[in-house]
Amino acid sequence: MVAQIIFVLLVVAGTALFAFNARKVIRNIKLGRAANRSDKPQQRLMTMLKVAFGQTKMAVRPVPFLLHLVVYLGFVIINLEVLEIVIDGIFGTHRVFAGLGGLYNFLIGSFELLAAGVWLACAIFLLRRNVVKLKRFSGVEMKSWPKSDANYILITEILLMSAFLLMNAADAKLQTLGVAHYQQAGAFPVSTLLLGLLPDSVNTLIFIERFCWWFHIVGIFGFLNYLPYSKHFHIMLAFPNTYFSNLNPKGEFTNMDSVTNEVKAMLDPSFVPAETAPGKFGAKDIQDLTWVNLLNAYTCTECGRCTSVCPANMTGKLLSPRKIMMDTRDRTEEVGKNIDKHGADHQDGKSLLDDYITREEIWACTSCNACTEACPVNIDPLGIIVELRRYAVMEESVAPASINAMLGNVENNGAPWKYSPADRFNWAQEDQ
Amino acid sequence: MEFKVPTMAELMAAGEEPEILFWVGCAGSYDERAQKITRDICKILHHVGLKYAVLGTEESCTGDPAKRAGNEFLFQMQAMTNIEVLNAYNIKKIVTGCPHCFNTIKNEYPGLGGTYEVIHHSQLIQDLINEGKLKAEGGESFKGKKITYHDPCYLGRGNGVYEAPRKALEVLDAELVEMKRCKANGLCCGAGGAQMFKEPEKGNKDVNIERIEEALATEPQFIAAGCPFCMTMLNDGVKLKDKEQEVKVLDIAEITARANGL
Repeated sequence: MVAQIIFVLLVVAGTALFAFNARKVIRNIKLGRAANRSDKPQQRLMTMLKVAFGQTKMAVRPVPFLLHLVVYLGFVIINLEVLEIVIDGIFGTHRVFAGLGGLYNFLIGSFELLAAGVWLACAIFLLRRNVVKLKRFSGVEMKSWPKSDANYILITEILLMSAFLLMNAADAKLQTLGVAHYQQAGAFPVSTLLLGLLPDSVNTLIFIERFCWWFHIVGIFGFLNYLPYSKHFHIMLAFPNTYFSNLNPKGEFTNMDSVTNEVKAMLDPSFVPAETAPGKFGAKDIQDLTWVNLLNAYTCTECGRCTSVCPANMTGKLLSPRKIMMDTRDRTEEVGKNIDKHGADHQDGKSLLDDYITREEIWACTSCNACTEACPVNIDPLGIIVELRRYAVMEESVAPASINAMLGNVENNGAPWKYSPADRFNWAQEDQ
Repeated sequence: MEFKVPTMAELMAAGEEPEILFWVGCAGSYDERAQKITRDICKILHHVGLKYAVLGTEESCTGDPAKRAGNEFLFQMQAMTNIEVLNAYNIKKIVTGCPHCFNTIKNEYPGLGGTYEVIHHSQLIQDLINEGKLKAEGGESFKGKKITYHDPCYLGRGNGVYEAPRKALEVLDAELVEMKRCKANGLCCGAGGAQMFKEPEKGNKDVNIERIEEALATEPQFIAAGCPFCMTMLNDGVKLKDKEQEVKVLDIAEITARANGL
């Protein structure tokens, strides 16, 4: 009975804490400006099913695709087992779904195979990061916390899967010994291989079984509450992120309505613009970005596919699209913490541009869209870079000198170079 | 040129309308290398007898480099002025000689009041081949020649046009070789996002060198381009690698014109 009460408290506290932190993340995402992504619901749903659920963009790199697929399927399917664990925990039952008979045996057997797969995949992932040291997982932004974060996730998953398998092994042995409460149920294709490791004492076996059971479920609730602080949040946010992703051609940049009004008024003095909220042009800080940009930032799992295909990054420039996303998330978190501590109007004198992302980074971008193409969950680093450039150019008039010269030429000559508009048609002259 | 390139103003004065407007673009108008491509596009249009016109001195920058550099004001000023001209001439269909003009007019002008059917010149060539109006005969033979095609970002990833330029090359009976990074995975030439107009940031290599090394690895006789900015970057790369004698960088339009003896 005491165990049941503790269990219920654990479930309630674990869920409540997660809800509390998730709401904070949602509040932070809503710090961004409005953006309409409620159009074309059917196409959005299909995009989500294909890209997030179906993992289509992962397939470009077959090795990580297969390993990730095992972990992904393991995560989704083994969580069916959590349902049974929760019911058992609340009511003090043991393997409450055992009545399903053959189907139950099939399910438990499948979970075991998947668990072994997840264990192996995570071990390979750890090797890829720490022993093989793949270039994609290094870079200036992948020091300290981001590096540890990835390892914590993988080690936790290995521990959870180990506990799950060891629990089953102890259970299987207790079942064969005919210990009361441990009814005959389940099939254990993997954990039977661990039987040799187990002692024969019934009490020790029960201790191992119970310990692993508690470790597994406490671990799951702990992991759940780790998500909002971690890059691993992508396991949830990948779905809304792909649903709300950009459906327009990648080459298309947004037209700024606020600018349209001013330009129309300039070209036609009789034009009366519709009321629009005053605001700055472009983005200096995260509140100037849209909520989609901020959702992107929280969704990023720092896999580095964007950075590895970025022409600026691969030729040694400072720009890394992954860093753009990580900086945006870090700054959003910082602004959120300021609100918690000092209230909504607090200014800390810092901003995304300059304190996190430098001018050198934003001007190195070729806007080639390799990063958005490479992202397995449709994150758009280019959208943020463009907003930062807009702020620099339109609010501050600060740009590289040659860019200013180009802009001056477009304005005065209708071409980015210093040629006379009168000469524009010279290419067609008779003597050419 | 052997024929006169018609302008919209002239057609309007004669009470005529063209089937298609050829949007030349700034590079196509002023850059010496790109002017050749512009004239070849006109030769193709003239050769197939398509009724076309250009804006001549009434054309102005689409505003693309300003927009990519973050100057939305300047972009919209350019866009609205251009749209006024295009709408006054009742333009319905536009072919551009540049993927940046193509992307801007096709995607960013509709929201500002300028809606047209916009195609890139490689798509025009593909259409003409499909309609049987254009073949590869009467000119230089590219049969068996090794050609590799470089995808411009704003044509490929930006707008999903991968097949049209390849179709224009396939008709030559040449040996098409793909670079390691092609189509959706194509590597930028380094000029996009207004980089064309500035020095690159500090790094250990120029983007066009990275790209030209990949192109040269296919051991081509020709590198095919579809964008005047890529053309500049690729040409510079070939020069830097001292390969000007062995490898020629040509636009899809130039190759088509050559193959047809235009």
